[in-house]
Amino acid sequence: MRYLDKASIEHIAIGAAFLGTGGGGDPYIGKLMAISAVEKNGPVKLYSVDEIGDEDFFIPAAMMGAPSVSSEKFPNGSEFVKVFQKLARYLGEDNIAGTYPMEAGGVNSMIPIVVAAQLGLPLIDCDGMGRAFPELQMVTFHLDGISATPMAITDEKGNIGIFETIDNKWTERLARAATVEMGASALVSLYPTTGAQMKRSGVHHVVTLSEQIGEIISSNHRDAKEKLQELLTLVSGYELFQGKIVDVIRETKGGFNLGKMNLEGIEAHTDGNMKVHFQNENLVAERNGQVVGMTPDLLCLVDYETLTPVTTESLKYGKRVRVIGLPAHAKWRTDKGIQTAGPRYFGYDYDYVPIEELVKKAVADHV
Amino acid sequence: MYRIGIDVGGTNTDAIILDELHQLIHSVKSPTSLDIKTGIEASLRKLLQESGIDKTQITHAMLGTTQCTNAIVERKKLATVGVIRLGYPATASVPPYTAWPNDMVEKLSGNYALVHGGYEYDGQVLGEVDENEIRELLAAWQGKVESIAVIGVFSSIKNDQELRVRDLIHEVYGEEYPVSCSSLIGSVGLIERENATILNAALCKVIETTTQGFVNALEEEGITDAAVYLCQNDGTLMSIDYAKQFPILTIACGPTNSIRGASYLVKIKDTMVLDVGGTTSDIGVLQDGFPRESSVAVEVGDIRTNFRMPDIISVGLGGGSIVRVDEGGRITVGPDSVGYRIGEEALVFGGSTLTTTDIAVRLGLADVGDRSLVSHLDEAFAKAVQAEISAIVEQAIDKMKISSGDVQLVLVGGGSIIIPDSIRGVGGMMRVENGSVANAIGASIAQISGQYEQIYIYAREPREASLADAEAKAVKQAVLAGADADTIELVEVEETPLAYHPENATRLRVKVVGKMK
Repeated sequence: MRYLDKASIEHIAIGAAFLGTGGGGDPYIGKLMAISAVEKNGPVKLYSVDEIGDEDFFIPAAMMGAPSVSSEKFPNGSEFVKVFQKLARYLGEDNIAGTYPMEAGGVNSMIPIVVAAQLGLPLIDCDGMGRAFPELQMVTFHLDGISATPMAITDEKGNIGIFETIDNKWTERLARAATVEMGASALVSLYPTTGAQMKRSGVHHVVTLSEQIGEIISSNHRDAKEKLQELLTLVSGYELFQGKIVDVIRETKGGFNLGKMNLEGIEAHTDGNMKVHFQNENLVAERNGQVVGMTPDLLCLVDYETLTPVTTESLKYGKRVRVIGLPAHAKWRTDKGIQTAGPRYFGYDYDYVPIEELVKKAVADHV
Repeated sequence: MYRIGIDVGGTNTDAIILDELHQLIHSVKSPTSLDIKTGIEASLRKLLQESGIDKTQITHAMLGTTQCTNAIVERKKLATVGVIRLGYPATASVPPYTAWPNDMVEKLSGNYALVHGGYEYDGQVLGEVDENEIRELLAAWQGKVESIAVIGVFSSIKNDQELRVRDLIHEVYGEEYPVSCSSLIGSVGLIERENATILNAALCKVIETTTQGFVNALEEEGITDAAVYLCQNDGTLMSIDYAKQFPILTIACGPTNSIRGASYLVKIKDTMVLDVGGTTSDIGVLQDGFPRESSVAVEVGDIRTNFRMPDIISVGLGGGSIVRVDEGGRITVGPDSVGYRIGEEALVFGGSTLTTTDIAVRLGLADVGDRSLVSHLDEAFAKAVQAEISAIVEQAIDKMKISSGDVQLVLVGGGSIIIPDSIRGVGGMMRVENGSVANAIGASIAQISGQYEQIYIYAREPREASLADAEAKAVKQAVLAGADADTIELVEVEETPLAYHPENATRLRVKVVGKMK
């Protein structure tokens, strides 16, 4: 067990935004919420998965909705506790042992910290994605057959709903419709899990990993190259491209922020180009027409100089970035994982190839 | 008919006169005084005496000033502010002033209230304004705050609640009481817009003193009939009444004026401009004659804001930058500089510090000071320093580019003699006569602008109708700022679609520009 203070929160927000692969919301507003909560209620306890009891009960807390809405109409703060307690009562579980993040992303890495601070509960060093994904069933618990429901959803006005669905894709459909009606921003508690389930099906250590990533990115006494090397070593990643965004084509469809961006090579990649497709999160990267990284592996865009994560909502013509690819958690590389969040699910007509093989192949082709 | 333009910089206060054909009649420079006012008066007096023009023929007078920026950075002369956020029970998880520097919150008194109100992202009501709640608040704040900032959730979609609260404040505290409404200042992103609105509210006393001081200085010199304007940071002007409502828009008008002035002097509307000063250089991009705007949150005095700011980058390179060679033989240029002491410290002026200006003189790029004092410098070394200078400029220019092709570069500013004639990535380079007073020229040729931003739902209000609506509202802003309605044209349209909205909601921002009345 250790305590998370203001400095850890700053680092976690940056690191989770990095793992958020372009989605997961505005790290700024999430960070301010968590800092306000910790300033009011004191630091939050962080437990590793090894420290929790198998029989104990845990509920994650998350925000659902458009990041550009939540940067304007953000929560009251009390709805986290409300939705959390509603679900606990519905489940008939009086003793909730702790909370944890659903995904690694700018906002959703922070919401459970707010809940933990407000309720005096510990936060568990574990999540259900190890990155960010656009849909509710894209969770490692789902891969192991755990139900997303019963699920509670609420807004800042006080409306609360409980869903019990026939499967997790229906949870996604119904929750999305409710979210739009609630003003495109809602708070949710779903995937209630036991300690044993978290140990078996969660992505462990993700809060600490986010913090370590954030520490590297925000340290200012090293240059970008050194920081990048350290970062790549930490996450076993690859720098896929150095480029400048020259075009962003966007479309809003079915409540998703879809699109692609074209990058023109700079520095080490001056003669090349890259195309990155996204649906809230970055999904596929093609370098000179050849796929070099694909979902469920992570494609992270960071500022060329500062390595600050770049969200898909803030893509800007002319911005200089590095594209970094990381292997996804092993659970995502199983058949069910690829079926749930692999390229074919998102409408790309090819099979998943792990990033390390794509990188090896690209190097071989080049030689 | 003459126009007078004055630009108060960190080091110098520049003043110029243009005739009705926009020809430069005369220019002067004098040191910026600590109180600023004395420096303005001195420049103005010198300008009028030396030029000998008929004062009664002066029709327009413009002032570009850094006083608002200084007030925020130095935390001086700021008003106490009350912050009213319309949106409760939403948004309470992050109260106003979260993540502000403590000393700034203390200066502004830290008073805030979260009250009912606000809109949803699609224009539906989030909460109704409770008039009694506002009246009670105003009774409690009586005498405690000197200015009020009003911020409504999604006021960028509908701002009638903010304006209603403004009317209530005027009803209770009087018509003259300064109120800043966020919908007129920043864009979507509540915290950043709130921060900008609070800063705007805090500047009400500074702008009052500044504008009054300028009008008084003009009157003392016998200029009583001229229309008086202040420079905004988008390269246009605003009337004094408008400036009193939006003092924050004067922030960063200096670099904007320089690049606008440069564009005017070379008669090119689309180009990159490098303004080289003594310690730093600013790079900006002109698009159709106006500076490109920054699209990311900008920090002002350590406070994150999202009001309109020019997209300008500054690098630590100027005519007084110090040149050094480290133990490993590596040459460094700047970022420190001898600054205004260049006349004593640079080698060519008999000093003992090697500066970029010395290198320029050694290589024959410039002829200032005593050339013989740098003849001992090895030519190969001087060329190596020049390569370093080129590298700094090259990298900065590349950051501002939006495509890989070569750009055209216009050079202005007193320090521009240190810039070599050929820079990688630059197709054509132009040096400008009178470039050293480009900022004051930029101030005096400016037009009047208006801007409007709102989220429109194209499925309900077609794109053409939405565009027309936004343009009409921007025109209204421009007229309010002092533009002639008949001369107004649309200069910029920006559309950003919003995620999650099933009906294609788009944030639309338009900008119009017109001539002065």
